[in-house]
Amino acid sequence: MVETPLLEVRDVWKAFGGVQAVAGVSLTLPRGEVRALIGPNGAGKTTLLNLLTGQLACDGGVVLFKRERISGLPPERIWRRGISRTFQVTATFASLTVLENVQVAILSHQGRSRDLFSRTGRLAREAALDFLKRVGLEDQAENVCASLSFGDLKRLELAIALANEPELLVLDEPTAGMAPQERMDLMALAVTIVRDRAVSVLFTEHDMDVVFAAAERIMVLHQGRVIAEGTPQAVRDDPQVQAIYLGGLA
Amino acid sequence: MLDVTDLDAYYGLSHILFGVCLRASRGEVVALLGRNGAGKSTTLKAIMGLVPPARGRVIFRGEDITGRPPHVICRKGIGFVPEDRRIFPDLTVWENLEVGRSAEGNGERRWTAERAFELFPALKELARRRGDSLSGGEQQMLAIARTLMGNPDLLLLDEPSEGLAPLVLRTMAEHILRLKLAGITILLSEQNLHFATRVSDRAYILEKGRIQYEGSMGDLGKSREVLRRYLMV
Amino acid sequence: MALLIVQLLTGLANAMFLFLVASGLSLIFGVTRIVNFAHGSFYMLAAYLASTLVTALPLGPSSFYAAVILAPLGVALLGGLIEVCLLRRIYRAPALYQLLLTFAVVLVIGDAVKFFWGTENRTGPSPPGLSGSVPILGQLFPTYDLAILLLGPLFALVLWWMLHRTRWGILIRAATSDREMVGALGVNQTWLFTGVFVLGTWLAGLAGALQMPRVALTTVMDSTVIVETFVVVVLGGMGSAFGALLGAVLIGVLQAFGILWLPREFHLAIVFILMAAVLILRPWGLLGRPEAETPPPGGAVGLGAGRRLRAPGWVWAGGLLLAVVLPPLLPAYYVWVLVEILALALFAASLQLLVGTGGMLSFGHAAYFGLGAYGAALLMKRAALPMPAAFGVAPLVAAAAALLFGAFCVRLSGVYFAMLTLAFAQIAFAIVHQWYDFTGGDNGILGVWPSASLATPVRYYTLALLATALGLGFLWRVTGSPFGYTLRAARDHPRRCQAIGVNLRAHRLLAFGVAGLCAGLGGAIFAFSKGSVFPDYLSMPMSVQSLVMVLIGGIHALTGASVGAAVYKLLDIVITKYTGYWQAVLGGILACLVVAFPHGLVGFVQARWTRMRTSLG
Repeated sequence: MVETPLLEVRDVWKAFGGVQAVAGVSLTLPRGEVRALIGPNGAGKTTLLNLLTGQLACDGGVVLFKRERISGLPPERIWRRGISRTFQVTATFASLTVLENVQVAILSHQGRSRDLFSRTGRLAREAALDFLKRVGLEDQAENVCASLSFGDLKRLELAIALANEPELLVLDEPTAGMAPQERMDLMALAVTIVRDRAVSVLFTEHDMDVVFAAAERIMVLHQGRVIAEGTPQAVRDDPQVQAIYLGGLA
Repeated sequence: MLDVTDLDAYYGLSHILFGVCLRASRGEVVALLGRNGAGKSTTLKAIMGLVPPARGRVIFRGEDITGRPPHVICRKGIGFVPEDRRIFPDLTVWENLEVGRSAEGNGERRWTAERAFELFPALKELARRRGDSLSGGEQQMLAIARTLMGNPDLLLLDEPSEGLAPLVLRTMAEHILRLKLAGITILLSEQNLHFATRVSDRAYILEKGRIQYEGSMGDLGKSREVLRRYLMV
Repeated sequence: MALLIVQLLTGLANAMFLFLVASGLSLIFGVTRIVNFAHGSFYMLAAYLASTLVTALPLGPSSFYAAVILAPLGVALLGGLIEVCLLRRIYRAPALYQLLLTFAVVLVIGDAVKFFWGTENRTGPSPPGLSGSVPILGQLFPTYDLAILLLGPLFALVLWWMLHRTRWGILIRAATSDREMVGALGVNQTWLFTGVFVLGTWLAGLAGALQMPRVALTTVMDSTVIVETFVVVVLGGMGSAFGALLGAVLIGVLQAFGILWLPREFHLAIVFILMAAVLILRPWGLLGRPEAETPPPGGAVGLGAGRRLRAPGWVWAGGLLLAVVLPPLLPAYYVWVLVEILALALFAASLQLLVGTGGMLSFGHAAYFGLGAYGAALLMKRAALPMPAAFGVAPLVAAAAALLFGAFCVRLSGVYFAMLTLAFAQIAFAIVHQWYDFTGGDNGILGVWPSASLATPVRYYTLALLATALGLGFLWRVTGSPFGYTLRAARDHPRRCQAIGVNLRAHRLLAFGVAGLCAGLGGAIFAFSKGSVFPDYLSMPMSVQSLVMVLIGGIHALTGASVGAAVYKLLDIVITKYTGYWQAVLGGILACLVVAFPHGLVGFVQARWTRMRTSLG
């Protein structure tokens, strides 16, 4: 018996004006797999992620999550189905503290975001601290988010994204703008966290070291199309990938 | 022609550039290499005045233009082609060129729509099409042509190869070399080393907002260690 | 049939004026990204100016035409002056401050018109040569309207030609989609902005001057026209001159036939229904495009303080003690002032929830304050409810209205949201103002006194204090609740907030309802303290006042709003002693505040504080 894939994307398309950003991408992602999505700038990686998590609507094609159609749903409904994500440009709630950032996400997951009367202070505090501990931010819990360093913001975003106990985690350049060692650490952290709970990960990344260290499989996108897919070694050796992505000098 | 010293720049609260120094001489094509987020775009934007430099100097033809507004810098003879092209979507190709047109500079070698169409013949047939109906390659050509209309002596190209098909890439490289022949100095940021090697004379490598390497394109091609370390190839 | 055609023509003639005003507003917005609330004021000013010029110019019959040409030019010149002296300083400020500045101009011009021309309605002279009527299919149609019908399309054509065939027009269209890029291509934006502002103002002035012989000139024509214009541009799409034309024709024709078939009170309702329908189907208007720019952090109001300043406990205890002990010792007049401050404090605090916590720029919050007041008065007078019941139910009336209007407003964000809240408030104002049979029109409703057991100043004050404490306590609780935090999260980063499962519209609507409820309670307190209600309670100046109170107290702190209300009311009392032109003074204060502190008072203090701390090491 073949296990049903967690995520199934069938022939999705998206154009901006005259530019075809995503041109007929299909993919299936089994439960528990960590997959990297690579490709040169402008290949359509972020657009594809936005199509999966509802920030953009597909021009054509279907996205199925656990066999149910999620394309066409708004982002908040997709999140409730169990897909969480981070953004390329770090997105956190700047005026809230680190702890409050995570609390808000947990409370939303618990369906309490319309609670008008409770005091937020103690609600979901332990759970939020637990998530912060996992990403190594517990010391920063009471600091205002706007005062965090870039790397810490990335960690915080990861903690926020974990708050709904997702089954699929979508990370858009999770390590962009970090120092090389920090990058490896953060990605290793993310992989450890998801391994524990058999969460699937789909991530884009420019740093090849990170990609090769973390991903089980790699998909290469170029001009909105998948031009290669396979194990890291297979992708590394693919001459077409070398020509287009790695600049042809490798 | 261009002399940048000790440039620091911030994007919002994050410190992006740390003491960047670079220069470009007349008629040169200089490449600014580095990974995503290394600060290449910010360097070009800081030269153009689109990101105010926090520290340091930008000297263009002996004149200090640090922190002047972009339109003033443009009129001094620097043209900027942004990474995402930023074609005006509602305007036709011809109208896009008209926005860039300037009556100043460059004497008899002034750029006109006709001359731009000579360089990019593909654009001529598209003259009446709206900007948002163009393909990526066409948009890139239009973005360059539009900037040329301001008669720049120095052209800042931000990732000219981005998102272009291999075939289009080759013609784009030829276009850049032709601009060089026309006497325009070019500073371009690139991630595609192959492309940069084809068009540039010299290169700088940026890593985390700092210049890590400087040298001729030929030397860089031989320095395997540098390439592997900073460019992952 | 003939009647229908004549009515259609009348509608189209009206549409031409709306088109002129709306295209000006749309052009200015497209390039500068500022919604100019003062646009209607320029229209009004030009109408008055033209009516004076007609009699003042020694040109005989042709002085009419000279006036129609000169008045818009004069107004355009004034517009240019305002752009250069005021607006130019705040193009980078959060939208809230930009809108407040144009609002300040509305107030000053409004009082200036009252000062120079008085508050009596005026009628313009009839246009020489075009004063009669022409028969169309047996019906008489004014010759002047016919001329306008011919002139309107001509203006549209000229405008189209200018935007598409001149370099300047191409630059305007380019700047409408990407200002920064236009600058990087060597175009001096400063003068482009000034030029567009002058052009837009001229269009408004032209409409005003041409309107002069057709309608009575009144001191409320600025707000009437700005609301219609907002509806037109929301319908047609901001930044699109053709959207303005389409929207204007739709509204003009719809109103013309509405007059024919519907009683007066419902004219606004059909406009409302049309706008609602369009917003549901296309939130960015018929010909507009969705806003591509991502909002700055903190949205339209700028980012707030992470840590709030907390007043020490003794300040609270002392304040509360004073509030309870002091009033019985004061003369009655001051007790009534205190009641008024309580009502305004609640009103301002409810707005703070929207603007500060939620980052939603409501410019029509007076609607809910006023509907609370009218709700109380009507429930008592028309439904014969006892006073305490009317007092208790009135806030629900306001909350219901807030939920109804809010359902449409929350589909938009930023300046669009602000425009729509203002438009709804003006619609509510117009209904209250025109529905004489039910609301008493501008005569208001008198005799709205508290029941006998509450009728002494101190007793009513006690009730007001309890109600305000209840309302403020509720708002405080909401601000600190999971909902309040979610609202702040939605303000800080809407996209992120959506991606943690938050339905932004539903949350914002709930905030709108809560704010409406509390504003309504404030209105009810206010109504019984005055003993009467008037349409003014729902008016535009009232909405601005509430924003000023919030600004004085600091946008990001709930307690600030109460302090702001108190400071504001006391200022009001002092200043009205010396001048009848309170609005102009208010506008002046507002303009100074915004130009001097373009990132808000709190932002200013924060910046100073940070700088001081860094300099101390």
